[in-house]
Order: sequence, then structure tokens, then C-alpha cells
Amino acid sequence: MDKKPYRKVGLTLEEYDRIVDTLGRHPNNLELNLYGVMWSEHCSYKNSKPVLRMFPTSGDRVLQGPGENAGIVDIGDGLAVVMKIESHNHPSAVEPYQGAATGAGGIIRDIFTMGARPVALLNSLRFGELDNQRTKYLFENVVAGIGGYGNCIGIPTVGGEIYFNDCYRGNPLVNAMCVGIIKHKDIKRGTAAGAGNAVMIVGAPTGRDGMGGASFASAELNEESQENRSAVQVGDPFMEKLLLEACLELFETDCVIGVQDLGAAGLTSASSETASRGGSGMDIDVSLVPRRETGMMPVEVMISESQERMLVIVKKGREEEVTGIFEKWGLHSAVIGRVTDDGMLTIRENEEVVGRVPARSLADEAPVYYRDYRKPGYLEKANSLDIQRIEIPEDMNQVLVRLLLSPSIASKEWVYRQYDHMVMTNTAVLPGSDAAVLRIRGTDKAIALTTDCNSRYCYLDPGVGGATAVAEAARNLVCSGARPLAVTDGLNFGNPEKPEVFWQFRQAVSGMSEACRVLDTPVISGNVSFYNETDTDAVFPTPIVGMVGLIENTDNITTQAFRDEGDIIVLLGENAEEIGGSEYLKVVHGMEKGRAPRLDLEAEKRLQDCCLELIESGVVKSAHDCSEGGIAVALAESCISGKLGAQVEFETCDRKDALLFGEAQSRILVTVEKNGLERLKSTAAGFDVPVMTLGQVKGETLRITVAGITEIELFVKDMEINWREAVKCIME
Amino acid sequence: MKFGVVIFPGSNCVTDCYYALRDVFGQDTEYIWHRTKDLKYFDCIMLPGGFSYGDYLRCGAIARFSPVMDSIMEFAESGKPVIGICNGFQVLTEAGLLPGVLLRNKDMKFVCDNVHLKVENNKTPYTNLCAGGQVLKVPVAHGDGNYYVDDDTLSEMEKTGQVVFRYSDAYGQITDTANPNGSLGNIAGVCNRKGNVLGMMPHPERCVERLLGGEDGSIIFRSIINYLKGGAVNG
Repeated sequence: MDKKPYRKVGLTLEEYDRIVDTLGRHPNNLELNLYGVMWSEHCSYKNSKPVLRMFPTSGDRVLQGPGENAGIVDIGDGLAVVMKIESHNHPSAVEPYQGAATGAGGIIRDIFTMGARPVALLNSLRFGELDNQRTKYLFENVVAGIGGYGNCIGIPTVGGEIYFNDCYRGNPLVNAMCVGIIKHKDIKRGTAAGAGNAVMIVGAPTGRDGMGGASFASAELNEESQENRSAVQVGDPFMEKLLLEACLELFETDCVIGVQDLGAAGLTSASSETASRGGSGMDIDVSLVPRRETGMMPVEVMISESQERMLVIVKKGREEEVTGIFEKWGLHSAVIGRVTDDGMLTIRENEEVVGRVPARSLADEAPVYYRDYRKPGYLEKANSLDIQRIEIPEDMNQVLVRLLLSPSIASKEWVYRQYDHMVMTNTAVLPGSDAAVLRIRGTDKAIALTTDCNSRYCYLDPGVGGATAVAEAARNLVCSGARPLAVTDGLNFGNPEKPEVFWQFRQAVSGMSEACRVLDTPVISGNVSFYNETDTDAVFPTPIVGMVGLIENTDNITTQAFRDEGDIIVLLGENAEEIGGSEYLKVVHGMEKGRAPRLDLEAEKRLQDCCLELIESGVVKSAHDCSEGGIAVALAESCISGKLGAQVEFETCDRKDALLFGEAQSRILVTVEKNGLERLKSTAAGFDVPVMTLGQVKGETLRITVAGITEIELFVKDMEINWREAVKCIME
Repeated sequence: MKFGVVIFPGSNCVTDCYYALRDVFGQDTEYIWHRTKDLKYFDCIMLPGGFSYGDYLRCGAIARFSPVMDSIMEFAESGKPVIGICNGFQVLTEAGLLPGVLLRNKDMKFVCDNVHLKVENNKTPYTNLCAGGQVLKVPVAHGDGNYYVDDDTLSEMEKTGQVVFRYSDAYGQITDTANPNGSLGNIAGVCNRKGNVLGMMPHPERCVERLLGGEDGSIIFRSIINYLKGGAVNG
């Protein structure tokens, strides 16, 4: 077995040599560990950096792009939205409750570190199929962990998405997103400057949990991973609630130079990153760090990922004010060192210097890799689909019911009932519609939030799939009445050292970047999670898009629910019959094949602008994106949410199944009053958006007629029971 | 007329109650820090929801020993209105101001949803503007809302009108399916014998604005204000 010291901390010989070059000597064990965690993929983005440069990251509204703890986008009135998404995949695979809970805890800290009050949590989850106890256990406990943390700290979990596919069986994905609101003038940054200023650690005491979590996140999962539970942190949401309130109270003073949470790589990253950003150094004494365990070595204190801790850089002479505030909230605070001007991170244990390295070299000078990439061989076979050989089912009612029962489409009520989605009393649109909507207190505005990614499209074509994730997220926001503003991305892929995986990564980022450019939604923060593999499988490329949009007036808030009997149902956008990559193909024919649905970004942009115009001018009464399950499922969902039936007619089609269940992009289902139809048509014509009148809201059933034949007729009540109870039935 | 909203470490519906009282109902409202002892300026005290002290022990069991609690006991003794919502209800039962206990939900899961409540007693300071048997749609959000009390106390409470709210369907029928947590007799809210101390698991402060999907909670706030103004009480 290869047990060279640098291998033990996850580094290569070349990386070790680079450290020796930087220091002009061999690093000691402590120093080597610092490089191990800081130069891990998780902290350094060494494999992804060159590719991430493709993302558009600036725009009129961007106040803070990538590189800080979270991104910030302006929403007017001197207010801004702070947001970020982060993965906690590997911890959740071995310890689902704590893995998911601390994922939420970590991302919440990233938001209030910027000075913002967190107002919402979202998540994006992927599991294997729910046909085995292990997957059910993971699903149940991840949901409980997210709820346990968010409910206790009192931040509503307002939205998210969940898909089930066997590619995630061994390596589930747990991405958590947090959103905060801040006044422009209150924005804080993670920087340490001014020699002599105090370096304080506040919040929970430090223990041995989460040792080397950053490195654990940067390797594939295998049998040994299950024994690596000590790399998983343990969350204490009550402690974080106190830390949150104490920090926000502290930020109202002018004591603070900079602040950063202790996340991955703990004190090591917080100290070296703040120093590096401030162009300064730092001299800290680990013996001054409050602890909850005895006998901890300096290296353990430096790399511990104990939760609910923050590093605060405080103006010299103001330390006692800080201590006073934290004491009020019953929390530890301790001065552990000073900012210096020598650029070095000096670590002492009492008087003795136990490590001394350039702060920049840890935070910003990790090697950057330009990985090889190669189009994967599987694509040719996966993309070839002979549609003639797919039998068209006889009974379309049965197909629709099977789709409504599919856990990826069925209601996620069983999940979001376990999350407090109303606390803070801002949630104007509850989970279950296209996007969650929160009012902004003290204004007429609201924000809409969503997470999105169809990873099957990404598997079939990562470029188109990546672009579609962005387009669909934006479309969801538009359907709720919001103008999309900005993106936070959660990029989940396999092992980047494999050229086929890296090709997927490059393609996906390239597709997302193009969509972000066309839709004018810059990327303001994000996270990369590689090595989502087990011994046998890699996950589908899963670039999750978290997006925020602005609703100028709460009167414009729109949902998917049909509103009134007699309203006309209209499809905005081109009604192409596409069957590739659909949930229908998977559920009914057991295939995940074909081409990902085509995406014309210019047409998408026109569609979204048109829909928003129709909502803002009060013409449209409901709006719903057509996505998984196609137009039939979209109609069913609007019926169920509105508790109203619909009668819909199609004159003709090539294939009934493709018409009803195909997932062609850039389509929005809207309703208007009869006398609004002409106005809708003229507005759509102005945007060059095709319009198709489908029928009207009517009765107690959803009836869909194709070429004069009734293909679907189901009671809304029956559809609702199937759709609402499916996940619950599987889990109970 | 002054309202106070108590902040225990870990209370998380503090601002929700504060905004409802101040912004929606225009009442003079102040926060009360858990170390405060002097409550003489207040006319009504609200114990909000949340996870006081993390609720790692039994819910409300530690908050009950907060310095402010002695003063709240005195405040309640004097007959002034004290309302505990969700965690606040749990604290009031732990403190012995209200009968019964709140156990883990029957299915062991946290539940956040809109439920219906039937007003069983409309002669309290909290329900005096309600019609008898009126049904309100109010959200719940809790993991430990399964109300339990021994049989003797329960029959006593039934007699004296201490059961104020029960979970019901939209038509006021008390059914098992309308019960979100397994509470004995579908009990959602109770008061003390005098009627001045109320505890309820549902969150009326979450449904006082149409924008947030409902206003049925308003009647509870308006009833309190009516009571404090010396307005007519039913019966």
C-alpha cells in the first residue's frame, strides 16, 4: 500500500514538490495537512477553475460575483438578495441525517457571513429508485435532516426538487441553497486587513468532528467510506440560531473588518482565505481556540470542521464589545491572534511556532489542472432511438396515471410537509407550484426562487441539458410572475480525472453559460462537487441551477392553478412532438434514450418575455411550465392545484404519445378570460411567439381529445389522489 | 395597551408575532428578553413558537426555568392574558400554567400544513369575536403537538370549557383524518380554568394577511384587542 505522507492527505508527488518549492523546505506534518485540505478539489477548484471561467458573472445588478462566501444581486430600494447553493453529497451518503442537516447549516452560515438575514432555504435532491430499503433510508433521513435543521433555526424551506434514478443509488446528491436579504450598506466581506487587528473565533467550541471533510468530499465513495463517519460533522441548529442572531447584532456595530464562516477545512480556510483576500498575514495561537475535547493536536484544531463557528476580524481595541454581544447570546468568543502584514499564516501553540506558510499559497495558489476530455462512448448508443419501434400504448389514461404516480413527477407533499415552509411569514406561494415566492417586507416586491436540473437530458447531451436547466429555471420564475435575475450553480459530476466525465463537465458549463448570457442571468455563486462515483457507477451529470427572480409588484404573483371555470387554456410556444429523454419513455418503455429535447435559446427568451408581459399586464390568470410528463401532466397539475377540470382538443398529431407526454422545451401553459384572448394573441404576435388555443377550464374531469377521439378522461379528484399519495404510499 | 413578545434563546416566531401585532393590527408591541423580570407595563404577553434552548430535552422544559417565567406566572395569576403559540404552548404546559403535555406527533414526523380548527369555546379573551363552532383555517408547524392529558382532568376541562380549539375538517367535523398529530380528542388549543391563559399549537400569526394565503388567524388577534378594550364578550 502506498502510504507516502502526501498521499495520506490526498496530494500527489507533483503537488508535494510544489509545496517544497513554495516553502524552500519540506513541510512539517501540520503544514502538509493544511495543504492537503486547501488544495483538495473541494476547496481549491483546481480541476474546475479554467472551465468555470466560461460563466458570465457580471451584470448591472450584480453586487458580488463568485469568489466570496455568497453572491449578491440588487433588487432595488437599496436592497439585495444574497444566495448560494452547496453540495453535501458524500456526508449524506454515509450519514444522511447529519450530512443533510450540516449541508443546510453550512449554506446558512455562508449567507449571514455576508451580513444578510437568511430568509429561505431550498434544496435539490437525487436518490436511486425507491425500490429498496437502503434508498428509502437515505431519502427519509436526508429529508428529516434538512427539516431538523431548517425548522429549528426558523428559516423556511420553501422549494426544491427531487428526482429518483438508479444512477444515484450509491451516491445520492444533496444540494442545499440559502437565500438572504440585505441592505446594500450592510454588506460584509471575508477579508482580513490592518496589522494588529484582532482575529476572533466565535460560536461553538471546536472538537474532532468533520476531520478532513474537504478531502473526504474529494474522493470517490467506496467500502471504506462507510467507516469514514468521523469525517461527517454534527449539526446543532440551536447553536447556529444563537450564532446568527449574535452575528447580525454584532454587524450593527462598526467593530468588524471582515468575517468568514468556518466551513470546509475549518480554521485553515477561514484564516488563509481572509488573509489572502486582504493581502495580509495572520498570526494565530491554537491553544486559545475554545474546545470541547481535550488533548487535541494543533493539526486537529486547524482542520476540524466542527459546525456553527465563525472567524471575525475585529478592529483593535473593540474586542470587548464583541465578547459582550456573544456572552449575551451565551456563546464563546476568543481572540486567537492578530492580523499581520507579512503575508504569512503563522500558527503557534502557546509560544512555539508549529507552522508557518504563505497564506496566499494555501488559499489561491493551488495547482490548476487542465484535464483531458473525450466524448464518452455511451452517447452514440444512448442517442440512437428508433421511434418506429416504440409501440404507442392503447390506453392513454393509464399512461397519465402511471406518470402521475412516478415519484419524480408525483407530489412532493410527503417531503415538504416535514419542512416548516411558512415561518418568517413571507411565503406567498407555498411549495408545489413552479417557483416559491416570498414577499419582501416593507416593499410591494416579491422574489421567486427555484432549483432545477433534468439530469437525464444532461446524460444524453450535457451541453443542451445544461442550457435547459438554466432555461427551465428561468421559465419557472417567469411563470410565477418574476423577471429572472441571477444564478447560483451546483455542479455535481463524477471523477474529473476521467476524460469522459470532464467532457461532460465542460459541455454542461458551456451550455449553461450560453443560456445565462441569452437569458441575462449571470452566475453569482456556486459550488462544484466531483467524484460522485461509487466502485460501479458515476452519477448522471447534474448541474443544478438555483435561480432568483424579482416580482415588481405582489399583484403579479401567478401560480399554475387553474382559476375559474370558462377560462381559455392556451399554449405559448411551439408545440413540437419530442419524445427523447422523456419521463414517459423511462416509465412506460423502460428506456432512457434518444436526444435531449431541442432548445432554441432565442425562442426561449422571446417566450419568457412574452409570458412576463402577459402576466404583468394582467391578461394571464395562471401559468405553468411544461416539463417532465409533457403537456398532459402539466394540464393535470394545473387541474389538481386549481381543483377544476379542463376540456382540451388537439386537431391532429404524428404520434399521440409524443404529443401528450413529449417534453419539448419552451412551452408554457396559460389561462385567460375569454375576452382576454385577442389581447393575448396580439401580444404574442409582437414577441413572435406561437400560440395554440387548447380548450377551456370546465367540469370535474380532465378530458383531452385528439383528432376527435377522447384519449384521456380522468376525474380531477382521482388524479389528485394518485399524484398526492404516491410518494407517501411508497414510504409508509 | 401594550403587548409583549417573549424571546427565549431559540424562539423563532418572535418577529412573526411582533409584525402581526404591530404592523397588521397596529398595536404597541415590545420584545421581552428571557432575562427580563419586570412586566408591569404589559397588558398581554405572547410566548411565540420555535425551539427554545434547542428543545433537545423535552420541548419547553428548559425555557420554563428562564428568569422571565416567574414574572409570567405572576402576570397570569393576576388574570392578565397570556397566550402561548406552538413552542409557547409547550412552555406553558411545562410551567404548569396549562394542563396536559405535548408529545411527539403520532407519526414521529414534523408536520407543516394548513389545518382547520373548530372553535369550541367562544367565551375566552381569544375567541370572543368568533361564532360558536366557527371553523378557522390556520397553519400548524411542529414535531411535538400531540396533546395528552389524563381522563379525569380531561372531563373536568370539557365541563369548564377549557378545550378552546379542536382539529376538524372544513365543515367542523371532528375526524381522525383531520387530526395532524394524534392529539387526544383532536385538541389543538386549551385554556386555564380562569380562561386568561391560552395555549395553541396552530399559528394564528401566520394567517393574518391575504397575501400569505389566508386571514383566519386575525379573529384571534382582534378578539384579544376587543377583550383588552373591555369589549363585549360572547355569552
